[in-house]
Amino acid sequence: MQPVVLGGGTGSDERDLLTALLAGDEDAFRFLVDRYYRAMLYVARGFVRTTSAAEEVVQETLLAVVEGLPRFEGRSSLKTWIFRILVNRARTRGARQRRCVTFSCLRGDRSDGRNDPPAPGDAASVVTGIPRSVDPAGVVLNQELGEAVWTAVDQLPARQRQVLVLRDVEGWTSGEVCDLLSLSDANQRILLHRARTRVRAQLLPYLNR
Amino acid sequence: MRLPPRRRHRDELRCRQAVELLTDYLEGALPTRERARLEAHLRACDGCRAYLEQIRATISALGRARPAPPDPTVRAELIELYRRYHATSG
Repeated sequence: MQPVVLGGGTGSDERDLLTALLAGDEDAFRFLVDRYYRAMLYVARGFVRTTSAAEEVVQETLLAVVEGLPRFEGRSSLKTWIFRILVNRARTRGARQRRCVTFSCLRGDRSDGRNDPPAPGDAASVVTGIPRSVDPAGVVLNQELGEAVWTAVDQLPARQRQVLVLRDVEGWTSGEVCDLLSLSDANQRILLHRARTRVRAQLLPYLNR
Repeated sequence: MRLPPRRRHRDELRCRQAVELLTDYLEGALPTRERARLEAHLRACDGCRAYLEQIRATISALGRARPAPPDPTVRAELIELYRRYHATSG
């Protein structure tokens, strides 16, 4: 197997993953899916009107990633590359949805996906807790707080959620988020502020334990 | 006896204004003077200091919350696509 030679954007962890993915290693692909699916779904959901449309966008993106991997040059990180493909597809799909003239559009289903509440079932992304005895430092969230976090995230307006998930859950920098979502720094901060304010309010009963 | 409302120095922040600045503060995006005003308010105000700690705790909780993998059907479909792709592309 040829070692993968990449540009400077890709770290060594990503390089190992990339090599494995190119070789058809299913565990590698499973890892990728498990790691990024939810964040990808939340980002897509900020551009399209329904969760099922967002799921389709994520699926198409993952397929495009698999097909495009041999041509990935590593100028950006793998993560950035994947999310850029996702955002492009989600935007296109979202724009197409808004232009649709089906009966449901005419009937007044005029939401543009931006502030829709999540569809039922989104709150299924629950983190399994780890008992304190195994995690005495409390690095991993306990079950209750973990569930409360995801419930709060699921209830956010879609655009606030995109920013919050990428910044505070996934740890992206403000520059990376602004770049991906074509936001000004100021707008990004407004969305982040609103999202954090809402999540704080919902987590309050759990934060002092 | 009801005390008269405290006269506010014209530069002082009200709590409602202070909490609105907290994200910009944490991002390091406040201009120097605003930051100074906010920090003065935080020094004097237990409520807003607590609010800031709660925001920090919220951010911390979010950072430690790992998203669960997609539901098993979705996951299986995706892996099947991957498998098929690699089978046909040799």
